[in-house]
Amino acid sequence: MKYELVAGLETHVELNTKTKIFCSCATEFGGEPNTRCCPVCTGQPGSLPRLNERVVDYAILAGLALHCEISPISYMDRKNYRYPDLPKAYQITQHEIPLCRNGWIKLTNGRIIRVNRIHIEEDAGKLIHRNGQTLVDYNRGGVPLIEIVTEPDLHTAGEAREYVEALQLLMKYLGISDGKMQEGSLRCDVNLSVRPVGSETFGVRTEIKNMNSVAFMARAMDFEFRRQSAILEQGGKVAQETLRYNEADGTTAPMRGKEDENDYRYFREPDLPPVVVDRERLERLRASLPELPDQRMERYTAGLGLPQQDVRLLIRYPAAADYFDKASQGLKKPRTAANLIVGTLFTRMKTEATRENFQVPVPAEQLRDLAFMAESGQISGSLAKTMLESMLDTGKSPEELLKDGLSALDNDGLEQLCRDALEQNPGAVQDYLKGKEKALKALLGAVMRLSKGRADALKAEELLKGMINL
Amino acid sequence: MGRISELQRGLIQRDFSCQELTRHYLEEISRKNSTLNAYIKITGDTALEVARRVDEKLARGGQLLALEGIPMTLKDNISTRGIETTCCSKILQGYTPIYDASVWELLQCQNAVLLGKTNMDEFAMGSGCETSCHGGAVNPHSPDHVAGGSSGGGAAAVGGGLAVYALGSDTGGSVRQPASFCGTVGLKPTYGAVSRYGLIAYASSLDQIGPIAASVEDAAAVYDVIRQKDERDCTCVGGRSASGTLKNSLRGKKIGVMQELIETIGGEIRTALENAQRIYQDLGAELIPVTIPDLEYALPVYYILASAEASSNLGRYDGVRYGRGQGFGDEVKRRILLGTFVLREGYRDEYYQKAQLLREKLTRSMKFALEACDMLLAPVSPTAFERGSSRSAVETYRTDLYTVPASLAGLPALSVPCGVNSQGLPIGLQLIGKAFEEAAILNAAWKLEEAFT
Repeated sequence: MKYELVAGLETHVELNTKTKIFCSCATEFGGEPNTRCCPVCTGQPGSLPRLNERVVDYAILAGLALHCEISPISYMDRKNYRYPDLPKAYQITQHEIPLCRNGWIKLTNGRIIRVNRIHIEEDAGKLIHRNGQTLVDYNRGGVPLIEIVTEPDLHTAGEAREYVEALQLLMKYLGISDGKMQEGSLRCDVNLSVRPVGSETFGVRTEIKNMNSVAFMARAMDFEFRRQSAILEQGGKVAQETLRYNEADGTTAPMRGKEDENDYRYFREPDLPPVVVDRERLERLRASLPELPDQRMERYTAGLGLPQQDVRLLIRYPAAADYFDKASQGLKKPRTAANLIVGTLFTRMKTEATRENFQVPVPAEQLRDLAFMAESGQISGSLAKTMLESMLDTGKSPEELLKDGLSALDNDGLEQLCRDALEQNPGAVQDYLKGKEKALKALLGAVMRLSKGRADALKAEELLKGMINL
Repeated sequence: MGRISELQRGLIQRDFSCQELTRHYLEEISRKNSTLNAYIKITGDTALEVARRVDEKLARGGQLLALEGIPMTLKDNISTRGIETTCCSKILQGYTPIYDASVWELLQCQNAVLLGKTNMDEFAMGSGCETSCHGGAVNPHSPDHVAGGSSGGGAAAVGGGLAVYALGSDTGGSVRQPASFCGTVGLKPTYGAVSRYGLIAYASSLDQIGPIAASVEDAAAVYDVIRQKDERDCTCVGGRSASGTLKNSLRGKKIGVMQELIETIGGEIRTALENAQRIYQDLGAELIPVTIPDLEYALPVYYILASAEASSNLGRYDGVRYGRGQGFGDEVKRRILLGTFVLREGYRDEYYQKAQLLREKLTRSMKFALEACDMLLAPVSPTAFERGSSRSAVETYRTDLYTVPASLAGLPALSVPCGVNSQGLPIGLQLIGKAFEEAAILNAAWKLEEAFT
């Protein structure tokens, strides 16, 4: 029997507002435990919450980016349960009427993943297990979260992976979250069930938690799919339970009792007024949206004709794309700038962090000047590349470099270097005369090296051929 | 005249110093508190320290602020930085807040002389102050009777001459009823007039801090200081001035008499109420009978909603971070159980949701009645209960019948003394006003007080 995977994701995203959702404590990550908290976020008797409106703004931006309807009025609710990381014994969240509803996102395979809701809520503190004890750090308590819930529209682990990566990218573009799973600023719970292909009814679903990377999440889903399929194949019933993903062996196992049958006794939060979003605010936020990934993709491919590979790289690192936009302004062939960025700048950046920050000592305007020189034929493409390397190493502008003498070689200079190359590589000359075409390339390489990349490769090849055949 | 202005005149005229005044109260407390059990903590040193500051200010010729230098007290559910605050519960024994309640901040700016923290029903749940872990507060008018609850300590202190005014909290009557039992004035402001920040929550959508004082003028003076909008409490919008219009004529004012409530009370209280009505008529007011549909649901609606909110608010007292003195008393447990039950999946619609709808309905009815008149007149409570009486919990709840309607509707309400009964126990009368019209009910109360003196 063939089975189909059916999954929905609940993603919690930590927002990077300066202060927490209900008090003015800093949300900055780290710090000595229990130093970034106050009576409000530690739930001390008599304290009361106040809603940080920036959190609502950020959530609305996420909602707009995911094509959601933004509720003009939504409410905060109390979700009552006990856990050491929850000081008030209730979480203030949105249960009945969330801020955003009925959105979607499109995957590269063309499938639409529907977003049921996005709501705002507070994060709990962090539990640290050490020496058989459990310690609580309330620094994270009260950090604002948005929870993004999809419909069960995902059908493969790959789709889930792409969905999460697309969300992470959106958060980066909007500037509202780091969206890093490894750091915990983005957390996913997967609701997964299995059913025979062609069936319309949903199977029993399990919830998988504790996956610290997209890769682990995909692996967990694959495992769970196989596990549930096997059960159904043998005529068994899948138990509805909450599972924990085990990184060590890639399996899922039931969590010990935390979420078994919880009646959260939701009721409207009496300490907070309704969350109101008027038209003026909505339009102001809509107008403030930056160019989003799919819009940028469209502009780079259809608009500028950049190759897919380059486009994907630039989209993935918005700082690089911003740099490219500046560096390609006014160019007839923006591809030139893209080549320099992807070919030279990116190859120099070895870590994720450097690529994300995209701090380049060469200002975008200078790279544009360089690209312009190449585009107008003033310098060759390979010379441009070499010059860029020089610019990075010496900090000089392209004009300065040209003045320094890093100019295109004149004919005499080039002829001399070709003769030098032939002299220094008699073996290659012999090989070429014997009919090995490749030897010419070796000689050409020698000329390029001798000229420090300044030589015009085509011209050099002509000259070499001519000289050898003499 | 109000005690506050009388005392401030004495201070300005140097009849006595603030320290002398404070010492007088501290001595009275040491004489009478063991009988009355009004105070569960006395803060003599800090009181004298503030008094000394006031004396220095007076020596420099400074002007006194409205409540400056006046000895007072706070109910033990109002957070005081550095001073243990327990809600008279074992579970908060040893809990010392690291911040001040907003109302206390406002009063400290006035150099209010805090004599101590007063006794209360545990977590403000009770009508006799007897659920306190320190034992109940006693009625200053009779050693065999309770001071009332839940702000019994404050009412006993004021009624017994152990403080000029007290701040209590009123959720379903907890300022008005003990004020009535002890022959004092007690005001529950409009919901949202006074900040709840720092008030240890019982029922968030009902709690309000209010003054208990020996006279209407004093209650109004205290109210005017504490009725400030507070950024830290989103439900607080601040209130409107009340002291300036106390002496206004009542001629032409319409007072609605709540028929359902008057009918349930008899005897001397009924007589006192009829006397009060005659006084108001003589003053030129028009008395109109008023009926409120569904008023009989007010009591169960209150207990369902208050308990539900309480079960959530008290969830944090988990015995891990709190609870050194051990746990909750029976009444608190009872309400937490009740509150948890009515919020449970399967019962929520039938109890909690329905109670919410009925609350809205009742509020509309009350406000509708108040469109035809300026304020409502009703009993506030029976007279003080006997100490240690073995009433069931539900029987006790029933006595809140008079006070919960104004709580549910968020309307301002006060209790003003109108005589004593044949046993010498004070009788109180309730005035309920339109939202944010504390001035109107304090005015009517002042007129009644004047007629009685």
